[in-house]
Amino acid sequence: MPPEPFLGTTEHTPVQHHILSVLVENKAGVLSRVAGLFSRRGFNIYSLAVAPTDDNERFSRITIVVDAESAPLSQVVGQLNKLLNVVEIRDLATHQAVERELLLATVKANESERSELLRLVADAGAAIIDFSHDAVTISLSGTPEALDTFEHLVAEEYRNIEVQRTGRVALPRLDHSA
Amino acid sequence: MKITGAQALIKSLEAQGTEIIFGYPGGAILPVYDPILDSSIRHVLVRHEQGAGHMAEGYAQATGRPGVAMVTSGPGATNIVTPIANAYMDSTPLVVITGQVATGSIGTDAFQECDITGITLGITKHNWLIKDANDIPTVIAEAFYVATTGRPGPVLVDLPKDISQSEMEWYEPPLPEALDLPGYHPQVVGDRELIEQAAALMAVAERPVLYVGGGVLKARASEALKELVELTGAPVVTTLMARGAFPDTHPQCLGMPGMHGNYTAVTAMQKSDLLVSLGARFDDRITGKLDGFAPSAKIIHVDIDPAELGKVRRPDIGIVGDCRVVIEELLAASRTQGHADLKPWWETLRAWQGEYPIHYEESQDGGALKPQSIIEALAENSPDDTIVVSGVGQHQMWASLHWTFDYPSTWINSGGAGTMGFSIPAAIGAKAGRPNRTVWAIDGDGCFQMTAQELVTARAEQIPIKVAILNNSYLGMVRQWQEMFYEERYSEVYLSTDLPNYVMWAEAMGCVGIRVDSPEEILPAIEKANSINDRPVVIDFRIDASEKVFPMVPAGATNDEIVVHPSQQKGA
Repeated sequence: MPPEPFLGTTEHTPVQHHILSVLVENKAGVLSRVAGLFSRRGFNIYSLAVAPTDDNERFSRITIVVDAESAPLSQVVGQLNKLLNVVEIRDLATHQAVERELLLATVKANESERSELLRLVADAGAAIIDFSHDAVTISLSGTPEALDTFEHLVAEEYRNIEVQRTGRVALPRLDHSA
Repeated sequence: MKITGAQALIKSLEAQGTEIIFGYPGGAILPVYDPILDSSIRHVLVRHEQGAGHMAEGYAQATGRPGVAMVTSGPGATNIVTPIANAYMDSTPLVVITGQVATGSIGTDAFQECDITGITLGITKHNWLIKDANDIPTVIAEAFYVATTGRPGPVLVDLPKDISQSEMEWYEPPLPEALDLPGYHPQVVGDRELIEQAAALMAVAERPVLYVGGGVLKARASEALKELVELTGAPVVTTLMARGAFPDTHPQCLGMPGMHGNYTAVTAMQKSDLLVSLGARFDDRITGKLDGFAPSAKIIHVDIDPAELGKVRRPDIGIVGDCRVVIEELLAASRTQGHADLKPWWETLRAWQGEYPIHYEESQDGGALKPQSIIEALAENSPDDTIVVSGVGQHQMWASLHWTFDYPSTWINSGGAGTMGFSIPAAIGAKAGRPNRTVWAIDGDGCFQMTAQELVTARAEQIPIKVAILNNSYLGMVRQWQEMFYEERYSEVYLSTDLPNYVMWAEAMGCVGIRVDSPEEILPAIEKANSINDRPVVIDFRIDASEKVFPMVPAGATNDEIVVHPSQQKGA
């Protein structure tokens, strides 16, 4: 499957942005150090996702989507690098990243609406992960753009939805040339 | 050997070579104060925790060694926040130990609890909350290593009371190379290719200026700098943080640039075709309005902090590295280069120096004292290696402009943060670290009133500093701005001519107090102060309240709009 292009902007990140993949020591307070640095230096964050890596849980990876217009990227990277617990920063700029985001949406849908909703879910490659007599909860992982599209379609058709998105995670795109 | 966390802390500080702790006890830090009684470390009991922090800063700036301060939790910790912020701005190595409530009470709003690691996140290089007494030797080793390497700065170690009371098995603190700091790798050596490019750029520059900042002092690079200056023949400016890094009496020294810099230093930067920034950071007080700063200059920027390169002004060549190492590398690379003829540039510079020297009008007969002449009299009657420590305001600028600094680490002030009240405690710290040097605190009356109580500390601890208050009964710098930019509408800047009585106040604190009202009293007062070495001396110099600091680049203006002394202005 060819990698999908990275478009740079989405609904959730409307202006020019960059993805920083930041490897940090898994120490108490590291997230507030990173977040505090962004607020102190006036850098804007669009989304932030954090989870331990598999390396004995000594390190975590923070994926930060930053507004590249609020400050030069070199400043953001330079200042982040000064944090003692920051081990490595990868700037995953345009077209160099594969990204995924997870969306959960609970949609109120009665009997008559449900078949149409299930078709939408199937078409999008989403899954039903919970349901009751008048609502379903849908899970979809994909590119942020795909999630935008799906969120739009559902919102157009159904009056009562509750959406939660994780913010994106990303890794560098592999070299396909060899 | 099982010992308590408190004993481990003191042993760890000893292992790092700590000579003095400036501190103040209290509930949460109490366990640590017991083993101090058995330690070789001298403890200086301050009168306010802010004093402890500034003393540690003064000590660090005078000696080049990290300053150590220790305070209790809550208000003790918050009182030392200002010195930590100050040290962060001026890259001063500081290790601050704070007591903390017991780990089980953290987060419960316990008595004297505050989140000091949270509060100091943005003003420390790093901070640690210790949760296991076994970590103490390692964390203290890390704290000293981080504070003193790379771009130096303050660090804070928060020690909960139950941790200092619990037992641990003592082990020797790890050496720097054994520390496990995967995210901390200061780059010391400059990139060879960039060094070559920089040397080539310096060789063809026709109007170069070496722009020397505090990083040169931190890197102990003065000697290497002097060689580079003499090899290249280029002029040098020394910023407020770098006074003394290159001798003022050297013919290639133009003095201080910036908002209150002298005309030639400011204008040389402005007209230069190559600025070689060595351990400086293009502070707004140097650049003036950034858009109009040194418009035709190419920039070589050398700094140990990669984030400084391009933070303010994009360099043509940015070199990350320790200033001494990079200057030595530049020196080696420059030896093989020719040099442009700098004679026309020097003719221009000498003409500016002739036309616009630093100037003030001497006192008229029976007139008020001029602060500039007091500084000059102090300098003339003090040893060459006297350490001068200033507060913040007009007196700071006069001291920097009118004292001749020929040696590194003889000028200590609060540059980046501009912390009023810095002078007295910082001078005490400097004198504690350099007891054989004469230490003059040059202070303003506003600053003096903020931290004067530390003179009690100085007397009690036998740290005989000398204090010159340039007393104009005003917050002089604010007054100057109100005079020049607010139509002389003086708002909340008058401090009174007779409150307090400084001589009585000094005497009450165990110091000698002297008041000087007229020019002929200046010299006898200084001579008396010089003859007293068993206690601090305070001289209350009553100066002309209308005296202003010139030159001045108005806030928001470009450096081309520098305002010289009225008598030098065209058409004056």
